[in-house]
Amino acid sequence: MQMNEYKPLIVAFCCNWCSYAGADLAGNNRLSYPADVKIIRVPCSCRVNPMFILRAFQKGADGVIICGCHPGDCHYTSGNYYTRRRMALLFSMLEFLGIERERTRVEWVSAAEGAKFAETMNDFAETVAALGENKRLEDLRCKK
Amino acid sequence: MQRIGVFVCHCGTNIAGTVDVKAVAEALKFEPGVVVSTDYQYMCSQAGQEMIKEAIIENKLTGIVVCSCSPRMHEATFRKTAAAAGLNPYMVEIANIREQCSWVHKDIPTGTEKAIILGKAAIAKVNLNAPLTPGESPVTKRALVIGGGIAGIQTALDIADAGFPVDIVETKPTIGGKMAQLDKTFPTLDCAACILTPKMVDVATNDKIRIFSYSEVSEVNGFVGNFDVTIKRRARYVKEDICTGCGLCTEKCPQKKVPNEFNLNMDNRRAIYIPFAQAVPKVATIDPESCTMLKTGKCGVCSKVCTVGAIDYNAKDEFITEKYGAIVVATGFNPISMDKFDEYAYSQSKDVITSLELERLMNAAGPTGGTLLRPSDGEHPHTIVFVQCVGSRCDSCAEKGKEYCSKICCMYTAKHAMLIRDKYPDTDVYVFYIDVRTPGKNFDEFYRRAVEEYGVHYIKGMVGKVSPEGGKLKVRASDLIDGKQLNIDADLVVLAAAIEPDKSARPLATMLTASMDTNDFFTEAHPKLRPVESPTAGVYLSGTCQGPKDIPETVSQAGAAASMVIALLCKDKLTGNPCVAHSDEMMCNGCSTCEKVCPYGAITYIDKEFRMPDRTTKVRRVAQVNEAVCQGCGACTVACMSGAMDLKGFTNKQIFAEVDAICK
Repeated sequence: MQMNEYKPLIVAFCCNWCSYAGADLAGNNRLSYPADVKIIRVPCSCRVNPMFILRAFQKGADGVIICGCHPGDCHYTSGNYYTRRRMALLFSMLEFLGIERERTRVEWVSAAEGAKFAETMNDFAETVAALGENKRLEDLRCKK
Repeated sequence: MQRIGVFVCHCGTNIAGTVDVKAVAEALKFEPGVVVSTDYQYMCSQAGQEMIKEAIIENKLTGIVVCSCSPRMHEATFRKTAAAAGLNPYMVEIANIREQCSWVHKDIPTGTEKAIILGKAAIAKVNLNAPLTPGESPVTKRALVIGGGIAGIQTALDIADAGFPVDIVETKPTIGGKMAQLDKTFPTLDCAACILTPKMVDVATNDKIRIFSYSEVSEVNGFVGNFDVTIKRRARYVKEDICTGCGLCTEKCPQKKVPNEFNLNMDNRRAIYIPFAQAVPKVATIDPESCTMLKTGKCGVCSKVCTVGAIDYNAKDEFITEKYGAIVVATGFNPISMDKFDEYAYSQSKDVITSLELERLMNAAGPTGGTLLRPSDGEHPHTIVFVQCVGSRCDSCAEKGKEYCSKICCMYTAKHAMLIRDKYPDTDVYVFYIDVRTPGKNFDEFYRRAVEEYGVHYIKGMVGKVSPEGGKLKVRASDLIDGKQLNIDADLVVLAAAIEPDKSARPLATMLTASMDTNDFFTEAHPKLRPVESPTAGVYLSGTCQGPKDIPETVSQAGAAASMVIALLCKDKLTGNPCVAHSDEMMCNGCSTCEKVCPYGAITYIDKEFRMPDRTTKVRRVAQVNEAVCQGCGACTVACMSGAMDLKGFTNKQIFAEVDAICK
């Protein structure tokens, strides 16, 4: 890897029961993914308020990914279905505002899918890095 | 303003290997609210915890951040530490710098930089933490065991032994499961029925245990300590409390051509049947698919011959609802279908059988009375070929079989080969294998006996094709050690079919909100340290529903699950999760949106009187969260349009603060 290569900033919201555990499993198995991915633990993917995502972009994030349990496997029965619908709506609005669709993603990663977690993060980081820095929605006042 | 202490753990070299721990502690010193920041070799050790306690007391800390392993690992540990020092346990936040940092990033600058950011996010969050007190809920002192195989039987017996009532729900007309179908068990060769049926009788005679056979779980509500479970008792058309199990009806029933699933359809039973002689409960069941009376209304023989009047053709499915404190899943396994393995000619020849079918052919209560005869012509087979790993360890053929090792096949094949050679010494037995895997007490000795004492031909290599030709089965295989192609004319081919979780497990997992892996085995709360608990509180795992196991392992896991259940049922009250939703009544406009998205029905609306600034009062409809029922998913917080709903422990402000800290 080159030293001056552009490093995207990626915020990952992971549900406590599946994806956060999947991320832990990726760690247990020493599967690497870029350090640009920073994980925030939430009880369920449905806890992710669209405002959190807007805030991340406002503060300079280049990509936001939400990971939850597979459909049908939500620890809270139905939370990930809400996520799926809410995010579909939010992402199309973000696209309208000029944030490329590739910068946002919802993925289902179970607690047993450490390898999928690492693969997903590698792929997402690569996709976001290819798009370059995100300028849209960024609040320049946030940058000193 | 909070007074925050930051404790960075080395975890030996687990963290310190790729994170400059001292630099992290140094960098976090100047974050808002931080009054002390330090590092230590092992924070979770006694000395590390003492250090945290002292720091809390000495610096009058109001919150702590531990930069260590995953919160799934030690959050509870550090919460206890904080509580011991007089700090509210919910004033603890963990920055996961091991599983999600040091173990995934290879170089020190990257790891250190990320660890600092994760630390900053945790500090930003703990700055906004508030002390939380968990609510309490009572415990229903009764357990439910789903599945009546050896796993379920042992679990139920152990729980009942401790004095707690247990219900077993079994889909089949009898308990016993797969073990009841086996002939002998490895590595001791004792007869399966001889060791199982006394346990079945113990279950039947134990006054703490109720058996709901021919039943299934149809709905699960509630949470740990307070599950409400609806059990569907399928109509068996025989009154269970009246039937004496004399079996007269099963002899007189004119419908004789019903495939007998207990003998894997290798012989026939009647439309009214008792699966096997030692069935528990020993009660007849009418199979509505085959019964002439139920289908056409013309017959009624069983009703006429029944001396006690137990037959009831008008029986209907019944639903009963019971309360349970704990649920044990023991749904077991099945061999996979051989449909996709046509190279072994399973569908073309009756003489290609699975190992479970062989168990029945060798069992004295089986279709041949225990004499090993070819299913096609009833002749004694003289050459028998065993094919190992049929569908197991299929890494390149995952669409056909399973990637995992089914674990039991090597041992049961050694058993079968040994028993056959013992009983019929004129038989040639070949076993084709990829590897022979025999870890376990007295297992390898057992396998070596099969080879050395009983002269079973073990050949490393796989069978390519089995073709039925002129009453024989032509087996083409490779011998990998001699590098030869082999052609064997076999009389019987036995396939060691991979095992898979029972099909009922997937819908059950959904009802229980218990997680499963990609193979539909139930996931345990921790693969090493909490192997019999599901991540869902109050749901425990017993036997092969969690992964392939043999009988000794299943029995020990059943005992372990029972001990966890007993530990739970011994408690009078459970402390709940205080991270629940909370509605700000001043902001709530009573729109009902949150009520609609709540999967638990935890939100209700009340009319509440509010004092207005002009000293008048006004009644408004506001949301109220039942904290004992709320599980803290947070769906309502996002649905709430007025921003009144928030989730304690994961408040909007806290998550915003984390986002800000990460994006700085």
